[in-house]
Amino acid sequence: MWNWEFAAEALPILLRGFVNTLIATVVGTVIAAILGLILAVAIRGLPRWINWLVRLIVAFIRNTPLVVQLLFVYYAFSDIPGLVDVPALVIGFIVIGIHYSTYMSESYRSGIDAVPPGQFEAATALSLPPVRTFTAIVLPQALRATIPSLGNYAVAMFKDTPFLFAISVVELVTAAKEFGGSTFAYTEAFTLAGIIFLAASYPTSLLIQRLDRRLATY
Amino acid sequence: MPPTENTPTTASASSHPAIEFKDVEKSFGPTTVLKDLNFTVAPGERVTLIGPSGSGKTTILRLVMTLEELTGGYIFVDGQPLTHEDRGGKRVELPKKRTREMTTRIGMVFQQFNLFPNMTVLENIIEAPVHVLGKSKVEATKEAKELLERVGLADKADAHPTRLSGGQQQRVAIARALAMNPEILLLDEVTSALDPELVGDVLGVLRDIAETTDITMLLVTHEMQFARDVSHRVMMFDGGQVLEEGPPDQIFNNPQHERTRKFLSSVL
Repeated sequence: MWNWEFAAEALPILLRGFVNTLIATVVGTVIAAILGLILAVAIRGLPRWINWLVRLIVAFIRNTPLVVQLLFVYYAFSDIPGLVDVPALVIGFIVIGIHYSTYMSESYRSGIDAVPPGQFEAATALSLPPVRTFTAIVLPQALRATIPSLGNYAVAMFKDTPFLFAISVVELVTAAKEFGGSTFAYTEAFTLAGIIFLAASYPTSLLIQRLDRRLATY
Repeated sequence: MPPTENTPTTASASSHPAIEFKDVEKSFGPTTVLKDLNFTVAPGERVTLIGPSGSGKTTILRLVMTLEELTGGYIFVDGQPLTHEDRGGKRVELPKKRTREMTTRIGMVFQQFNLFPNMTVLENIIEAPVHVLGKSKVEATKEAKELLERVGLADKADAHPTRLSGGQQQRVAIARALAMNPEILLLDEVTSALDPELVGDVLGVLRDIAETTDITMLLVTHEMQFARDVSHRVMMFDGGQVLEEGPPDQIFNNPQHERTRKFLSSVL
């Protein structure tokens, strides 16, 4: 049943697909982490109606499947002249990044809410301007509570990258499927794909757990 | 260290009171905590506010530090409006930036210390001098180390606050407040969260500041002996009003009001 020759042949092809998986995850995480912070912080100061509009968009993104969002953006934007040539992978990590930013913003928000009121009072007592209070006191403390959960979302995002097949990005799972399609060695291809996923995400989870413990105390 | 006189010993260049409350009103929703409150604190004067819990003492300190919104009346610091001013009979809120300029002259020490846990002791102390007063890091660090020496924690500059005892944290908080060279220092039950054996160190530091500086102090405390030793004046609050006030000897030894007598016998 298991053919080592096919497995050896599949591995480099799968690893090439895995590069796309990694790019989508890393860039997607960076986009989500930055946009999530902006969503959590910036909208506090915006006029009510913009705030309301942003909330509506966030609710929309959270309550529709990622794969639908990928397909929508991929086809909707392919009609716009000038955007035709944007690589599918780029659309992929942007959409995944935006999708996860709506979740990460909630992590940031709860991290910020967890900063004790006494910290804000001490900042006021020292006459620190709001921006300095935020960047030097609130954010560093909020991030301790937020980073582990951002890490968990990054792992979740990593596991969502196979949806990129929908917009024809050859990531790890699509590579496995294609290899299986041409050789009928589906077992080898998907087993290896699973092992690669596990080999990447399990150590990451452990790292996040350790980080969580380390960040729990000063 | 009983004050030799009942008036502040240091003459100030300014003819204005350090703090003036004018028709101050403070309510939280439907609950009125302070109403028509008028009093002044002279420059260099040390005033202790006493009274049962809920009498509005802490609220007064928090209003001066702009931690609570003033719902009516005016507070003046050195004759200048703090949060609101009267413009032709209209009560107008000052810009936040203006208020923040005023609060640089005021320092506060809290019951719960409120040190920044993400910074070292030294970073806690130099944060505001550098980022509010615009001092250089070198200068601010030098001053911070002198202050740490003064509060007996010279060896803790690089420690994180969570590694310190409550008493040590509170002394750092005092040093942090002093680093801004405040004209007014607000002390809000600064020993209430401490283990009894740590109270002495903190009070010792405050006595030293009272003896060696002319900072105006407004304090809320349950340490009656300390209040008696360092204050020029004691104000007894009840129900958001000044029930009686006077030099500590008078208030503690010969209170005029039955309510004050009852309160004192419950805390002494």
